[in-house]
Amino acid sequence: MLSRRVFLKDSAFALVSLGFAPSFLTRTAYAQGRNGRAKQLIAIFQRGAVDGLSVVVPFGEPEYYRARPTIAIAPPGSAGEAAVDLDGFFGFNPRLLPLKPFWDQRALAIVHACGSPDATRSHFDAQDYMETATPGVKTTSDGWLNRYLQARHAEHDAPFRAVSLTPQLPRMLQGSAPAVAMNQISQFGIRAGQTNAGATFESLYAEARDRVLGGTGREAFDAIRMLQGADPSRYQPENGADYPRSPFGQALRQIAQLVKAEVGLEVAFADVGGWDTHINQGSSQGQLATRLDDFARGISALVIDLGERMADTVVLTMSEFGRAVHENGSRGTDHGHGNAMMAIGGGVRGGKVYGRWPGLSVDRRYEGRDLAVTTDFRDVFGEIVVRHLGVRDAAPIFPGYAINTARFPGLFA
Amino acid sequence: MTARIAGVLLCGVAAIAATPNDNRTISHVLERVSFGARPGDTEHVRAVGVDRYIDEQLHPERLADAEVDARLADLTTLRLSSHEIAERFEIPQLKARQAAATNGAAGDAKPDPELQQRANSVVLELQEQKIIRAAYSTRQLQEVLVDFWFNHFNVDARKGVDRFLLTSYERDVIRPHVFGRFRDLLEATAKSPAMLFYLDNWMSIDPAGPHGPPMRSTRPNAPKGLNENYGRELMELHTLGVDGGYTQQDVTEVARAFTGWTIDRPRAGGGFTFNARLHDDGQKVVLGHVIRRGGGEHDGEEVLDILARHPSTARFIATKLVRRFVSDTPPPALVDRVAARFRDTDGDLREVVRAILTSPEFFSADAYRAKVKTPFEFVVSAVRATGADVHDARPLVRQIAELGMPLYQCQPPTGYKDTADAWVNTGALVGRMNFGLALTANKIRGVVVSNATPDGIALGAPDFQRR
Repeated sequence: MLSRRVFLKDSAFALVSLGFAPSFLTRTAYAQGRNGRAKQLIAIFQRGAVDGLSVVVPFGEPEYYRARPTIAIAPPGSAGEAAVDLDGFFGFNPRLLPLKPFWDQRALAIVHACGSPDATRSHFDAQDYMETATPGVKTTSDGWLNRYLQARHAEHDAPFRAVSLTPQLPRMLQGSAPAVAMNQISQFGIRAGQTNAGATFESLYAEARDRVLGGTGREAFDAIRMLQGADPSRYQPENGADYPRSPFGQALRQIAQLVKAEVGLEVAFADVGGWDTHINQGSSQGQLATRLDDFARGISALVIDLGERMADTVVLTMSEFGRAVHENGSRGTDHGHGNAMMAIGGGVRGGKVYGRWPGLSVDRRYEGRDLAVTTDFRDVFGEIVVRHLGVRDAAPIFPGYAINTARFPGLFA
Repeated sequence: MTARIAGVLLCGVAAIAATPNDNRTISHVLERVSFGARPGDTEHVRAVGVDRYIDEQLHPERLADAEVDARLADLTTLRLSSHEIAERFEIPQLKARQAAATNGAAGDAKPDPELQQRANSVVLELQEQKIIRAAYSTRQLQEVLVDFWFNHFNVDARKGVDRFLLTSYERDVIRPHVFGRFRDLLEATAKSPAMLFYLDNWMSIDPAGPHGPPMRSTRPNAPKGLNENYGRELMELHTLGVDGGYTQQDVTEVARAFTGWTIDRPRAGGGFTFNARLHDDGQKVVLGHVIRRGGGEHDGEEVLDILARHPSTARFIATKLVRRFVSDTPPPALVDRVAARFRDTDGDLREVVRAILTSPEFFSADAYRAKVKTPFEFVVSAVRATGADVHDARPLVRQIAELGMPLYQCQPPTGYKDTADAWVNTGALVGRMNFGLALTANKIRGVVVSNATPDGIALGAPDFQRR
């Protein structure tokens, strides 16, 4: 285990509030030595439509408090647990405090009032549209992250280019480029009941005249060997990172392990549910707060653990739509429209809430009830694909949408 | 009519010399017409002959299927109507939620786990029956085709009320028509609450009618106007195919024709109903055909007539069926002949499938072991090959999901892909090898394997991944 002292000695930086400073913050110095290194994206899907107005709270807008008499997050400076001021208008839910250092270090950016041009308030359809990045078109057969992998196909072909820490491959990663879903890293391998089953399979696939199956089989055994070096039971997070024991925290912990195992990971995916808070949503305490606590502590641990590797990595959070501005009769919120996304990483121009804020008064809402969408989520995805992942021609990744850098929120320089 | 079909059948058999009865041919036929050979199947086909076996399978009504009936007896939701399922499994949950909402602050608003679990059993039992039927039914071709047509007219169980509508959808809409006429199958799906809900037609209304533009409804999902989802997928996926020669204008016109085709109380498991007040009764022009104003419910039926008889539909359906039974790259000459058979028989699906299964291309060397099994086909064929006794199919439901093909949960209306590229990847292959080992080591709960062959290595080997 790397002690904090050793880490400090090795890192280029001294630190402030957290007790350490990830050296990814020393962007310029760092970038020079690491040119050409593969960029990574870690996508996190909050399934069930998180209430973005309770995550990144527009405390500067009186309408927010009028619309939400029992569930609003109190403005900064109030007694008790209040919003954590970000820029004088927006504040974090107090449960997001573990992410505040990244904001302060300008490594965390928010895009608010972001979402889909499609009007659906169906979780099912909206998740589908966000994962295919083709709002309104249900027949798209592959996900946008898979199309990214397809676009980069020629460069290299490691078996673990894309990994989802989920039981099944999410729609976002489905498609013709190989992507692997697994619950546990340790389960990826031949669970031999018979002795030597793995070796027997390996030789069968190696000798197969079947080109398609033989080739993929050989790749599978290469992949298994790669992961043998990454024994999850012995994994020690670095820099004092402390992952929650929740399934989400453990998924992120394994993503960090894969990143460090250098198995060629380019895209990782995890999801986390429990956001569909129609009843008794709570405010700084309660149902939603409990979910946000796990969410923020997990992401914070991941970023701290990856340390200087965050220079090449972006963590992006998303959810299918936001929730209605008005709280409902059950102290909860119903399905809405615009929402907040977060991007964290060394290359992110953080410390800023991006996107035009449409306001919450009834005449400025979408259909009179929801936060309007002023940034199409494809412009966020597009900017990450072009400016972070370095794809020159993003058109095949976003069919039916003219990617225009002028519409990018500006998350990257 | 029967005499004519019998005549066609005799001609068909007479026209080609009796198919050879060698092991390779028998194995090929079993791999394509059934979900793989069970112990004893090869001997049966050799005894009756390949041609006779195919004809047997084309007439499932003549085959007794008592074993499957017995194995399905405990899955009681399979025999319930959507209305009964709603009453027993959905309404109690709805009431519990309403009670929680009115009680306000008390409690955590979590759904009652017991009610939730009971409700989940509806989809679970449907998944179990799919495996049981595929593994044990004597009517193998029927099960292959139910799988094919469900996938063609895909509906995902995870979308809202569809979680409890698919039991009836498969049983009452898909299954009765797989050897019937395409036009009937098409209308059955068009009027099914499952499809009306899945592709949103139930809430598609004439925006200029008495219900639109809608009063500023506080209900977020109140109908807002025309919804083109069904109109588009009907042409792109169900009939003409994406290059079938329709325009965006056709999509809009078709959607107008189907306004008012809706569901009578979807949450209560109600059926199809036509609501004239939601219907756009103006004239429509679909693919050059004029549908006169005032047609009401008949507008939609006229659209189905136009689409079912369009040559693009014959070609699209022929291509997909040939891809299922012959090869990922359908031989064009065979597609032409099968499409012609579709047109000549007015979409008689039994005759269309017969045309494929009696074709030289079907028996050609190019077709032999040309297909990679889907995860569902792989798991079921392993159960069949080992003669396994499945007394609880739920662990197999989970295995198939983990191999990437959760049953009744394919999100896009395209259905699952039927080509090798969708299923051959490193993670999936590792999963298949492990499944083979676990199954033969009797490590899958609810499934007992007594036969020594094939062993786990054979099931995980490259050859077993093909059919």
